[in-house]
Amino acid sequence: MDFNGLFSNFGELTTTGLTQGAIYALVALGYTLVYGVLKLINFAHSEVFIAGAFAAIWTWSALGLNQDSVVNGVGSIIMYLGVAMVVAALASAVTASVIERVAYRPLRKRNAPPLAFLITAIGASIAISELFGIWTDRRPEGVPNLISIKPLFTIAGTPIRPIELLIVGSALVMMVGLDIFINRTRFGRGIRAVAQDPNTAALMGVNKDRIILLVFIAGGAMAGVAGLLYDIRIGALSYSVGFLLGLKAFTAAVLGGIGNLRGALLGGLLLGLVENYASGLIGSQWKDFAAFAVLVVLLMFRPTGLLGESLGRARA
Amino acid sequence: MSGAAERIRSDWRSVGERWRRAPKWMRWAVLAAVVLFFYALPNKEFYQYLGPIPTTGSNFGQVLFTVSIYVLLAVGLNIVVGFAGLLDLGYFGFFAVGAYTVAVLTSPSSDLKTHWPWLAVVPLAVALTMISGISLGTPTLRLRGDYLAIVTLGFAEMIRIAATSSTFLKGQRGFNQIPHPPGEYADGKPVFGVLDARPYYWLVLTLIILVVFGVRNLTRSRVGRAWVSIREDEDAAQLMGVPTFKFKLWAFAAGAAIGGLAGALYAGKVNFVNSQNFELLNSIIILAAVILGGSGNIVGAIVGGGLVAYLIERFRGIELFGWELYEFRFLFFGVVLVVMMIFRPEGLIPNRRRAAEFKDRRKEVSVGG
Amino acid sequence: MRQRIARTIGGVALVALVASGAACSGSGGDDGAAGGEACGSKIAFFGALTGSSAALGINENNGVKLAVDKYNKANPDCKVEQVELDSQGSPDQAPQLAQQAIDDEKILGLVGPAYSGESEAANPFFSDAGLVHITPSATNPTLAQQKWKTFFRAVGNDLTQGPAAGKYIKDVLKAEKVYVIDDQSAYGVGLADEVKKLLGAAVVGSDKVQGEGKQTDFSASVTKVKSSGATVLFYGGYYQEAGLIRKQLTGAGVTATLVAGDGVNDPAYIASAGQTAAEGTILTCPCQPAAKAKGNFAADYQALNGVAPGTYSDSAYDAANILLAGIKAGKTTREGLLEFVKGYTGEGVAATYKFTETGELDPAQVKIWAYKVTGGQVVPDQEIPKS
Repeated sequence: MDFNGLFSNFGELTTTGLTQGAIYALVALGYTLVYGVLKLINFAHSEVFIAGAFAAIWTWSALGLNQDSVVNGVGSIIMYLGVAMVVAALASAVTASVIERVAYRPLRKRNAPPLAFLITAIGASIAISELFGIWTDRRPEGVPNLISIKPLFTIAGTPIRPIELLIVGSALVMMVGLDIFINRTRFGRGIRAVAQDPNTAALMGVNKDRIILLVFIAGGAMAGVAGLLYDIRIGALSYSVGFLLGLKAFTAAVLGGIGNLRGALLGGLLLGLVENYASGLIGSQWKDFAAFAVLVVLLMFRPTGLLGESLGRARA
Repeated sequence: MSGAAERIRSDWRSVGERWRRAPKWMRWAVLAAVVLFFYALPNKEFYQYLGPIPTTGSNFGQVLFTVSIYVLLAVGLNIVVGFAGLLDLGYFGFFAVGAYTVAVLTSPSSDLKTHWPWLAVVPLAVALTMISGISLGTPTLRLRGDYLAIVTLGFAEMIRIAATSSTFLKGQRGFNQIPHPPGEYADGKPVFGVLDARPYYWLVLTLIILVVFGVRNLTRSRVGRAWVSIREDEDAAQLMGVPTFKFKLWAFAAGAAIGGLAGALYAGKVNFVNSQNFELLNSIIILAAVILGGSGNIVGAIVGGGLVAYLIERFRGIELFGWELYEFRFLFFGVVLVVMMIFRPEGLIPNRRRAAEFKDRRKEVSVGG
Repeated sequence: MRQRIARTIGGVALVALVASGAACSGSGGDDGAAGGEACGSKIAFFGALTGSSAALGINENNGVKLAVDKYNKANPDCKVEQVELDSQGSPDQAPQLAQQAIDDEKILGLVGPAYSGESEAANPFFSDAGLVHITPSATNPTLAQQKWKTFFRAVGNDLTQGPAAGKYIKDVLKAEKVYVIDDQSAYGVGLADEVKKLLGAAVVGSDKVQGEGKQTDFSASVTKVKSSGATVLFYGGYYQEAGLIRKQLTGAGVTATLVAGDGVNDPAYIASAGQTAAEGTILTCPCQPAAKAKGNFAADYQALNGVAPGTYSDSAYDAANILLAGIKAGKTTREGLLEFVKGYTGEGVAATYKFTETGELDPAQVKIWAYKVTGGQVVPDQEIPKS
């Protein structure tokens, strides 16, 4: 136990933990949305994330950037980020809706048991991840240096870099946007209705298939943005990273209470912090261990997560 | 197209019907022939006449051993998933516990320096895995299905990380020179040597048969009926006075013990255990194998476990249009899982009662769907 | 209607799958017996060609491919065939592949296994069957101590490279504060432990990360390196993680020099770290610079495989050449080739080869060089003297 290591680095471990946590949270939203509506662990969501992450990198290389390019000028940085973000969100949304259409809908039509859904999800996840692996020759792809590394300002001795602000900021914005979308719009009402009682909602004239597709698209777009943020934070991407990240994001969703949007945010940030503090305290090799240990312990005492499960019932 | 599929399906069903109606002696005779076939399979004098069945890219005898281990694991997981309906995504963790118990107690590179013989450690390994199953199950089996899935997944990951990172479990350096099972031929050569995989395969095969008989008897007892009732409707079972928690724990422990046995056998064969043996993907492959084969049916689980392990190896060394098929094995695996679940979610050889459950569900397709 | 179309497409896919399965099963099963002739002999490569640890294996396999290709061009009337055994770097795949190699009597020698873990599982087989094998990259010292009869190592083990890296840090970089990270692989831990032993009190902290692509976020380690004030970071592990660590260090404003072993000496390191971040990285390697002996190895390799040679491509090439030299000299039985390798002395592109009793590369032949990443290229810096 290295308490000194934890306390002397506390500030920086917190900021980087929150940054990683924000990415977890964005991916966790996709799990939570789908689970809230379909009661289904969408294991293939990790590949939705990977699709966005690759789409962003390929957009940059289509625009003539490689991992050694340095981009100057705020205007062009925003342009590059903006274009890649739109493409990534689109790519992920398309991937998600294809998965729903090809893998899940046929099962839903015949009312297959949950286990069958889980296995198709795992199958789809393996297949998509392998496709990316074969496509990229199983080698990592580098990311251009878009954002300056100079700290903007310091809080209590901890430097805050633009990239951290960007990641946490965009995660929060997306989150608030989604919250408004679910709670204030007509589509959101449809989603909540289906989440509460699919059959009654259908009887009331809600097009269930359209709502479900919408949920996959919304979750997919979030994962796409998360993919882009992951790229610029980590600096390189390889096809196989989705699985573990997806697992962590799902853990985050369960931690906060699956089906609960705000729970996903809380769970994601918490998981990022737990991992980093554990890295400081015992060593980086134990960070995943700590993440899962926290999950197991929490589920024993609060089986429905920190904030409880509720998509339909959230302020309905 | 769909007509042909339908015909295959109905032919398949009639095969099943005829099998159930056949006289008892005939069923036993067929069974004996099948068992004999599998005992004879690893002999080159026999399998060279089997055309495309033996693997071409790796030694068939060794592959059969791997396949038999997967079959044993599938039989064990089938108790948990198929009979009791508990979704366990981290089953390979128990395999790891079994293998590591043997490694720590027998290997000269272990810190304990106990150097126990392999045979003495096997019962201990099985007992320890059973205990680890119970201690994992006690807090988690009260959780609902999906949570159980993620917790078991987390458990397997934690075991892998502990194996990699703790100095006691040696990480990637691992434990070497784990002793083989005992036994000598008349001329003093060990039965369980390095080059010949057949004795190991026969050992595992024999154990599979014993385990299958044990499991079959268990499922036809009060315990088995309790499991099925839990799988079909846990609340109703509870209301009818079935102590559901106790029986779920039983299923978990029995499954874990079989996983531990498989791990101990593996360690005795390969003589080397390190952290690279326990990837999360293995847990998922075994679960997929059980479901592909037909969860809830012992024969289904055996076929599923065997087929998946065998086919992944069978792809090795085959080229098609200049592409090495082995490179695409997991792509195929994923696609097959999806296709299979869409067309035959009850598995290749489903349990009859389970198939009826599926049919019931299919009828009650929800409105607007 | 739409549902039927979807089902039909699915069905077609399924049928295609089954059909392809049937088609491929026809092509197998042509393993002939009978050895003892030079023509049609085979040498095998044993290592990960797919899976998360594949990159290293691909490098080595390509090296072997080049050696075989050159041999066959020089001896067009008596060709040697290469067999690839893809172990995915995992010990549980190793036995069946090892036995496969043994069963094929035309396989006279083997390059590999690539990793120490799979070596533990596979080497007993080779030893029992008397099939000689030269590993280009399994550097765990204990491998040579298990009395295997057929084990040879074409590179120095961790005990030779680690201290050299430590010496370079101490004497050339004159670092007073060093941070050590390893990836928990047998290779990485071996190196890191030796470096720690040599540097003693100069090591201000250490951390461990997960290798094989299982970890991509190294921010916690970066934070620790930063606050330790170290001027040198030693990393024991492979290039995939090293590239990310270097990039994330630079991203956090840490300027400490990264020193790493030959596991990082791969173009993919510079590719994933980016040129600017990788600049100045020191890589130690028990291999000599191109100008010394390599000749046109790099160019030929590039021409054949379409990529530049990576880590251990050269040692694998050399190992294959040793086996091929034996076959050329008429040693076309396994016993003959084993004896040939035992007594072999010769110059390769990466080192001069001569093996000790236990199959280790003769310590007198191991030369450790330091390389520096300059302008996106790995440039020789200096030879690190022994003790």
